[in-house]
Amino acid sequence: MPQPSIAVSFRAVSRHYGAVRAVDEVSFDILDGEFFAMLGPSGSGKTTCLRLIAGFEQPTAGLVAIHGRDMAGVPPYDRDVNTVFQDYALFPHMSVRENVAYGLMIRKVPAAERAKRAEEMLAMVKLADFGARKPSQLSGGQRQRVALARALVNRPSVLLLDEPLGALDLKLREQMQVELKAIQRQVGITFIYVTHDQGEALSMSDRVAVFNQGRIEQIAAPAELYEKPRTEFVAGFVGISNLLQGEAARAATGAARACSIRPEKIHLAPAGAAAPGSAMRVEGEVESLLYLGANTRFDIRLPGGGYLAVVQQNRDAHYAPEQGSKVTLWWDARHLMTFGG
Amino acid sequence: MRSRAAVLDRATPRAGIGLKAGAWFAVLFLNLPILFIVLYGFTTDEQSYSFPPPGLTTRWFGVIMNRGDFWDALWLSVSVAFVATIAALILGTLAAAAMYRFSFFGKESVTLLILLPIALPGIVTGISLRAAFDLADVPFSYWTIVAGHATFCIVVVYNNAIARLRRSSPAMMEASMDLGANSLQTFRHVVLPNLATALLAGGMLAFALSFDEIIVTTFTAGQQTTLPIWMFKELVRPHQRPVTNVAAIIVMAITFVPILLAYYLTRDTQDVAGSGK
Amino acid sequence: MGCGVMTAAAAALTPSPRSFGSRLSTYFYLRPRLLLMLFLLPPLLWLGIVYLGSLFALLAQSFFQVDDFTGQVIYEPTLGNYARLFGAVNLSIIGRTLAMAAIVTVICGIIAFPIAYYMARYATGRTKALFYVAVMLPLWSNYLVRVYSWRLILAKEGVIHWAFNEMGLGWLLDWMLSLPVLQGSSLSTSYVGTCVTFVYIWLPYMILPLQAALERVPRSFIEASSDLGARPRQTFRKVIFPLAIPGVAAGSIFTFSLTLGDYIIPQLIGSSRPFIGQAVYQFQGTAGDIPMAAAFAMAPIVIMAIYLSLAKRFGAFDAL
Repeated sequence: MPQPSIAVSFRAVSRHYGAVRAVDEVSFDILDGEFFAMLGPSGSGKTTCLRLIAGFEQPTAGLVAIHGRDMAGVPPYDRDVNTVFQDYALFPHMSVRENVAYGLMIRKVPAAERAKRAEEMLAMVKLADFGARKPSQLSGGQRQRVALARALVNRPSVLLLDEPLGALDLKLREQMQVELKAIQRQVGITFIYVTHDQGEALSMSDRVAVFNQGRIEQIAAPAELYEKPRTEFVAGFVGISNLLQGEAARAATGAARACSIRPEKIHLAPAGAAAPGSAMRVEGEVESLLYLGANTRFDIRLPGGGYLAVVQQNRDAHYAPEQGSKVTLWWDARHLMTFGG
Repeated sequence: MRSRAAVLDRATPRAGIGLKAGAWFAVLFLNLPILFIVLYGFTTDEQSYSFPPPGLTTRWFGVIMNRGDFWDALWLSVSVAFVATIAALILGTLAAAAMYRFSFFGKESVTLLILLPIALPGIVTGISLRAAFDLADVPFSYWTIVAGHATFCIVVVYNNAIARLRRSSPAMMEASMDLGANSLQTFRHVVLPNLATALLAGGMLAFALSFDEIIVTTFTAGQQTTLPIWMFKELVRPHQRPVTNVAAIIVMAITFVPILLAYYLTRDTQDVAGSGK
Repeated sequence: MGCGVMTAAAAALTPSPRSFGSRLSTYFYLRPRLLLMLFLLPPLLWLGIVYLGSLFALLAQSFFQVDDFTGQVIYEPTLGNYARLFGAVNLSIIGRTLAMAAIVTVICGIIAFPIAYYMARYATGRTKALFYVAVMLPLWSNYLVRVYSWRLILAKEGVIHWAFNEMGLGWLLDWMLSLPVLQGSSLSTSYVGTCVTFVYIWLPYMILPLQAALERVPRSFIEASSDLGARPRQTFRKVIFPLAIPGVAAGSIFTFSLTLGDYIIPQLIGSSRPFIGQAVYQFQGTAGDIPMAAAFAMAPIVIMAIYLSLAKRFGAFDAL
């Protein structure tokens, strides 16, 4: 089986600002043609990593390589990488067409070819009729597409996207997620996507790196990240999870070791009901419930202290306890997630 | 009930008659006096400022054509303003670029230093420069006037440039470099086109400010007579008074155009406020 | 794999030949501090040497003295000038200037408030643009011309005296001009004339920061206040006015400082009793006593330093 080549590689890369370690000895590889997400809360170092790849920042220590070439001392304009900026950073004094053709103009591509490629790109992002407009005459979603076209027209080997959908409303964001994924498949370029939205990261990416405090907690495919988080932080940041510690953990699992269980993996049954043999089981009382349309969320108080959130789909034939009901909770032991030491 | 009144108020804001009168009073107070300058340029009375003018004439416009000292002063002022503006454009733009792009130790002090020449009264700037030229044995000349003017013009250019820079997306320069343009190309294709109107406006205001200046000039000029100094001397002379008015009309015409142009160039910024003499 | 990266990196390290501009650009891109120095050095050198140097020269000069017989400056430090500064005549000049600056500032505030408030809250579109131009144009038009215009208007034979006489109110003006402090043969030789001209010249400096401060008062504050039962007058007193204070303070810095230092206006319009600016001007010009002029110029600097620290407390610097 041919090994896919490495597009971007970090080796023990650090970026410090005074005493602040924005990126702290991070190492990872991004493969050619991959849709790679860097996920984390703000200040976790994901955007700094993106800027290190783009060349806007230089590492304090370590090595950043793009396609095997050490990038130390290489300015952004000498890197085969383009960026879609968070606020789009379109040039306000240029038309949409001039914006898209900017990179080609700088590279002294002949005018005729420049125009042709810009038009193709605009057609791909469905803005074929908007070339003559100024960026100020476009909506947020349209500007976002122009920014994408402006970056892609240069046929970079890697495209960096810095929270590109952050400023769009929910509907538009979901639509753009689908389109971005389709465009990536069409052009076959490595996409590196920075976001703090775990839903976005899970739905689009081949692999996700979860950042926390300048370090990477875990790199994995979305399903693995969700089902087998390696740390408490990942379990908490990706999806909802119930973290059990101390007495509550002992009551539920028999051991005081910290563990976690996803709300949708827990079954609800009337108090005292039997559970399948292999299941873990605990009694509790419904503290509150939230009706969410497709499903209902129950917050169950456990006798040993602590709470478990349970999410249950609203299908017709199921057990629906009310507030204050005593209930039995059970789950398959393989869904219990335990961390480190 | 009350909140509905507030909503109506939002839809059609109406000012009380007193407020309106006060506002228009200020507008008239600020602009009417200029009309008197024009009126007195046509009076036949050359000894006093009698109102209403005893008669109207255009002969003062002819008189000024033959006043060589006026045209010399005008030419000197234009030339000083031009050179001071060029110096201020270079220094002010550099300062704005540095203050926008970098954060560094002592930045606050640098801001203060740039603002100081307009924050302190003109007479302080004037007498300081005179004291310094005196101590350093620099003879007063054309260039000492230019040096004084450039000092207080820097802040005008700086204010306009930095306001424009702050309004533009900080990622714009990064975007340009990301798309393959080096710093020089970025400056030419992105920074300069975005800054151009602000610099033009700043330059015009600097020109008007310099063209107009008398306080600092009095202290830094030797035998040179700039236009404001010429006018000041004319004002204390008792005869041919309307000539000064005609000179004033010409001066206003020369400064009016750049000021109006500067206003339209930066209309959306409103950053010229608070930068003055 | 790490090994592979290293060898590939080594191979790529040989730089490809690039244009001079590109290499220069890269050189500075990797040395941002050097670029900062390059940008900042010329303006700093200019302002630091020409301006700050001058201020220090002024301070130094104020400690020297002029020999009464030769008229030459003796370069020996002495406090003699400052002793003279605190003499009765000079103190009365400083007192007179301070009083004028304070009165001018208050009147500017009173005239500026309605127009600033109207511009901030009511004027829209074309009216607003018109008001802006009406405030900005005088600010930037020729200062001397504008002072001169008041000489025309305030003269004995000028429009104001004429209008009062036409209305049969000439006695009122004459009575006012016979009052002890305000006395003069006409408005243009009275303190009243000086004051009106100062107000006229510096008014835009008060309007603009005040307008900006009022514009920042969110409309919802005013609505909330009236919603909570406040009458318009109460809303103004309790909500709008306190929020406008930083703007007033900012504007007053200009009106106060500019009045302190001006010598053209009191020279052209007003009584013959001098202000600080005229004293400085006469010491350096007629008397040729630059050291004494320098010591006198310290007065507005010290007064402004005190004033600025007071204004800062009222939030003036946030409204600039």
